[in-house]
Amino acid sequence: MAGVIQNLPTRSGSSARPLRATEESQWVRRTLIGVMLLFFLSFLLLPLVAVFGEAFRQGVRVYFEAFKDHNALAAIKLTLLTAAIAVPANTIFGIAAAWAIARFEFRGKQLLTTLIDLPLWVSPIIGGMLYVLLFGRHGWLGQWLFDHNIKIIFATPGIVLATVFVTFPYVARGLIPLMEAQGAAEEEAALTLGARGWQVFWYITLPKIKWGLIYGIILCNARAVGEFGAVSVVSGHINGLTNTLPLQIEVLYNDYNEYAFVSAFALASALSLVALLTIAIKSYVEWRAARQLEEA
Amino acid sequence: MKRVLPGFGPTLGFTLFYLALVVLIPFAALTLKVFDGPMADVWKTVSSERVVAAYKLSFVAAAGAALINGFIGFLTAWVLVRYRFPGRRLVEGLIDLPFALPTAVAGIALTALYAPNGWIGKWLGELNIQAAYNRTGVVIALIFIGFPFVVRTLQPVLLGLAAEVEEAAATLGASRWQTFWRILFPATLPSLLTGIALAFGRGVGEYGSIIFISGNLPFKTEITPFVIASKLEQFDYRGAAGIGFVMLLFSLLILIMVNGFQWWHRRRTGSLHSA
Repeated sequence: MAGVIQNLPTRSGSSARPLRATEESQWVRRTLIGVMLLFFLSFLLLPLVAVFGEAFRQGVRVYFEAFKDHNALAAIKLTLLTAAIAVPANTIFGIAAAWAIARFEFRGKQLLTTLIDLPLWVSPIIGGMLYVLLFGRHGWLGQWLFDHNIKIIFATPGIVLATVFVTFPYVARGLIPLMEAQGAAEEEAALTLGARGWQVFWYITLPKIKWGLIYGIILCNARAVGEFGAVSVVSGHINGLTNTLPLQIEVLYNDYNEYAFVSAFALASALSLVALLTIAIKSYVEWRAARQLEEA
Repeated sequence: MKRVLPGFGPTLGFTLFYLALVVLIPFAALTLKVFDGPMADVWKTVSSERVVAAYKLSFVAAAGAALINGFIGFLTAWVLVRYRFPGRRLVEGLIDLPFALPTAVAGIALTALYAPNGWIGKWLGELNIQAAYNRTGVVIALIFIGFPFVVRTLQPVLLGLAAEVEEAAATLGASRWQTFWRILFPATLPSLLTGIALAFGRGVGEYGSIIFISGNLPFKTEITPFVIASKLEQFDYRGAAGIGFVMLLFSLLILIMVNGFQWWHRRRTGSLHSA
């Protein structure tokens, strides 16, 4: 049916194969590819190259010095701690939300899905501000927290909360469409055969959604490790205490001395590697998730 | 139908509890803060000249960058879906870089490139173009941030277009340009608009990638999220909440717009796409 319709032979005659009626001429194709590659180079590839170029400008030794600074080490530790809390918390939430939304019908489901997406729609600065308005010195609970000597804003709990907020939807969003498409026939069969709820989840659902789950987790992690705006508002920028890696980069970058500048890019290069790794895993997982869906 | 699967109550309960804790209660705190006291004070802040200049910059720059992304994103999606060329896999892989790269890293990297003494900035300087520490810089950062939205919403749609439609057009004597302009482009328009609106929505609230390259000069290159952050630093919670509230209202409008485009897309699908 979809037979190839031959057009008149091409004018250029340079290519042996005549042009199909549903293809563009060679110069159109080359121009489009050229424009796209030029954009790709100046907006995607070169920024990445620039990070590493600036990071290694003073040599390998200076590059690695950047990671030995105690403020940098503290920032790395805080970033890892934050991700270690935010990612599992949002993963558990994501699984629960996906189970409820993809497996059951109930009123307000659409509204719930929209509300889960909300953090992706608001400025990260607003995300951070929400917690300042609640827990900050002049926030709703500020006085009470002060009286009880509990510090949330300008301390680790605030940073964790802001990170939880911005990474909130990722796992749920990765799982809901996959679980809706897969359906629950296997789970129902297992239940009829006498399996318990948790058994069904561990032995049937979890293997089924594995790749979609990993997909959500790595995106959630990338955002948790790299979040800047939301965390910046709640951090207070106390060196060695409340600076995450991206905030430490800002501090170093704004220090206006050559050594700090290079250190900023050295730390940025580490985060760039995390980003590249995330993209690589993401492509692989997308491919596996597509296969998992086909097999289902 | 009787529910066979277990766990509806606990999972929905936990979801609502967690949602309330992380999202709903904090949003309520914001709204209450805005209305906690004389409204004239908040109004004075959100309508002050400096803040209005920041809204304008945020919206105009985000809209401009989103439109540029609409064009270049369409082109990129088209090239990636339809042509084979060396380096295609690298391009395909790095499209998502702006999603994965921390915004602060993007900010300093773009500044290093486009500042007057940067790799590209030096070269642009000879053409008398300044691309950093001004509004152009804001747009450059927003183009970077919004780029994947258009490409990723268009790719599946372009892949799904039925070849028969194009072939029929060609048999009926349409030129390639006519086929594109009259058939392919209208079929992808709802998704293109969705992608543009998504990039716009993200751009309006963007912070990390902009503040390094913009220079943050009041009235000139100061974006709205930056104004909120500085109000918070001065402990002007209510002013910050007011500006944030205005931004939320705009985001809501964009969200409604995106849903409209997607509804339009679903209505169109079926007529021009293969099953």
